[in-house]
Amino acid sequence: MAVTDAPKIVTARMGHEDSHTLARYLATGGYEGLRKALTMTPEAVAAEVDAASLLGRGGAGFPAGRKWSMLRKDPVTYLVVNGDESEPATFKDHLLVERDPHQLVEGVLIAAYALQVTQAFIYLRGEFALGLERVQQALNEAYDHGAVGSDIFGSGFSVDLVVHPGAGAYICGEETALIESLEGKRGFPRIKPPYFPAVIGLYGQPTVVNNVETMSNLPWIVTNGGAAFAALGQGRSTGTRLFALSGHVRNPGAFELEMAKTTFRDLVYSPLLGGGIRGGNDLKAFIPGGVSAPWFGPDRLDLPLGQDEVAEAGSMLGSGSIVVMDSSTCAVRAAWRITKFFARESCGQCTPCREGSGWLERILYRIENGEGREQDLDLLLDVSDNIAPGLTWPPQQTTICVLGPSIPSSIHSAIEMFRDEFLVHMKEGACPYG
Amino acid sequence: MSHLTPDTLERMHQSIGLYPEARSALIPLCHLAQEQDGWLRPEAMEEIAELVGLTPAEVRGTATFYDMLHTEPVGTYLVSVCTNIACLLDGAAELLDHAEEVLGVGAGGTTSDRAITLEEAECLADCDRTPCVQVNHRYVGAQTPETFDRLVADLRAGRLADTVPPHGTLIRVRRNGGLGADRQRVAGERAAAAGQQQARAAAASEGAQG
Repeated sequence: MAVTDAPKIVTARMGHEDSHTLARYLATGGYEGLRKALTMTPEAVAAEVDAASLLGRGGAGFPAGRKWSMLRKDPVTYLVVNGDESEPATFKDHLLVERDPHQLVEGVLIAAYALQVTQAFIYLRGEFALGLERVQQALNEAYDHGAVGSDIFGSGFSVDLVVHPGAGAYICGEETALIESLEGKRGFPRIKPPYFPAVIGLYGQPTVVNNVETMSNLPWIVTNGGAAFAALGQGRSTGTRLFALSGHVRNPGAFELEMAKTTFRDLVYSPLLGGGIRGGNDLKAFIPGGVSAPWFGPDRLDLPLGQDEVAEAGSMLGSGSIVVMDSSTCAVRAAWRITKFFARESCGQCTPCREGSGWLERILYRIENGEGREQDLDLLLDVSDNIAPGLTWPPQQTTICVLGPSIPSSIHSAIEMFRDEFLVHMKEGACPYG
Repeated sequence: MSHLTPDTLERMHQSIGLYPEARSALIPLCHLAQEQDGWLRPEAMEEIAELVGLTPAEVRGTATFYDMLHTEPVGTYLVSVCTNIACLLDGAAELLDHAEEVLGVGAGGTTSDRAITLEEAECLADCDRTPCVQVNHRYVGAQTPETFDRLVADLRAGRLADTVPPHGTLIRVRRNGGLGADRQRVAGERAAAAGQQQARAAAASEGAQG
């Protein structure tokens, strides 16, 4: 079965034109989760999230409940929501902030209450101009509704929520870079350890950073219980997830699916989902979780969309974005463009990433344009090896953050899977795809 | 004489008031200055520095890190064409070539009438409508060379003025009256919550030892 009848948890309202308004939100059970949470103890709310086994939806897939538990014994804390969605081909948070901003706000308020945080920030990427407007509007409405501010819903709990715009930098999705950016600085990831902002975060205080989709799940979890959420999905992959499908499919889009129950084949070919490859072409390869993830060939289509299943097969579900490449795709060109992205977005702190990304991009560019040399393949792998020693998966790291070790993924995949194609570029002195 | 208008200054003070530390308002303030001037002028950066307690060099140092903050003038409309992977698979490179040809400028350039700055963008998170284009950071939907020509004509004729605000206007919604929560009250409640949390932590560790 391609699509299970699991409930829509984060996209339930999206069929409505006015899904972003308070009126629609209240008419569809809005802020009931928060009201219920406020009748519970903060510990009981956190326990529901623990019971849900909600894995963070940002990319790393760290259990949200465990992240929270690091913080519970600290007095002064901040909650920061990561809405800097910039991983290429990822567009689920874009949908959530534009189409259901109240759901996000309610989720943040529930988390703030569970953590007893009185100051929370929603950091949204600056390019989401409409999303920023919608979330600010929702927040204004929520203040008027008494859901945020002083003594919310008469519970005695007060919290202030601030919408913070980014200004265009992929690296600010890395949580310590995001914190630096929120402090008004260049988005430089912080040196680890400490590994988690829960130890030293915003203004040096313990801080929890959670993704937009993670927060958007909370109203449903509190309303229906963590056990109901954990009953969906399989293994560690509980609940549903919003998968973003793009590339050479007939029907690209974001689909909310029960975790680990649908396969990549279903996602790409089901008439209800991707609808098959455009123009009836053959599938060449697909990227299972954002451009930082190693590629898969058609032989992996029957893998389920589950975090551990994809990891065991040597890649990652990452940000939940799947890019489909058909037989007309030049693997060299695809790898070059992805590498160009990393070269542009490297923050420049660490030499392997700053220098390596630029060299890799230039070598790939010359191969794509027919000026490659035979030793270039070894050179690509050698430079990659200097960024992520051993080219293993998950990668080893020579840099402060994981942007660097993400660079070799597409290059290594393209060479492993399509070595002949690189050689044809060199032999013919041109790209065979024109 | 302040370069920033009274309205801009008032909004900047409101923004600073939202944060526990003034420096956090730096990026929002840069957006506000850009909204006033269309780009980030040196005199605006100097005033921002004073407002948040930094040097002008520190403001510039931060601003130049971010793609959306322009320390050089840009056109009335910033047209961003994404050429990242999902868009590349759907003709984005060809669309950018076309855009460069009809506008007569390369990516990063501004037309001689200063109407349009063309930009090759990284992923704009709208990958089911490819190739993806934004104008002043408003999505205008998937574009073909033909629709792109109409888009440019519409922009030049001012026909999209209602949907695409001037460059630098990030958000048209103002926050309701500054702080929703009373700052002193929040501070008091935060201290009380901290006390409760410490008591809980102490009780928990006692329980663990006992």
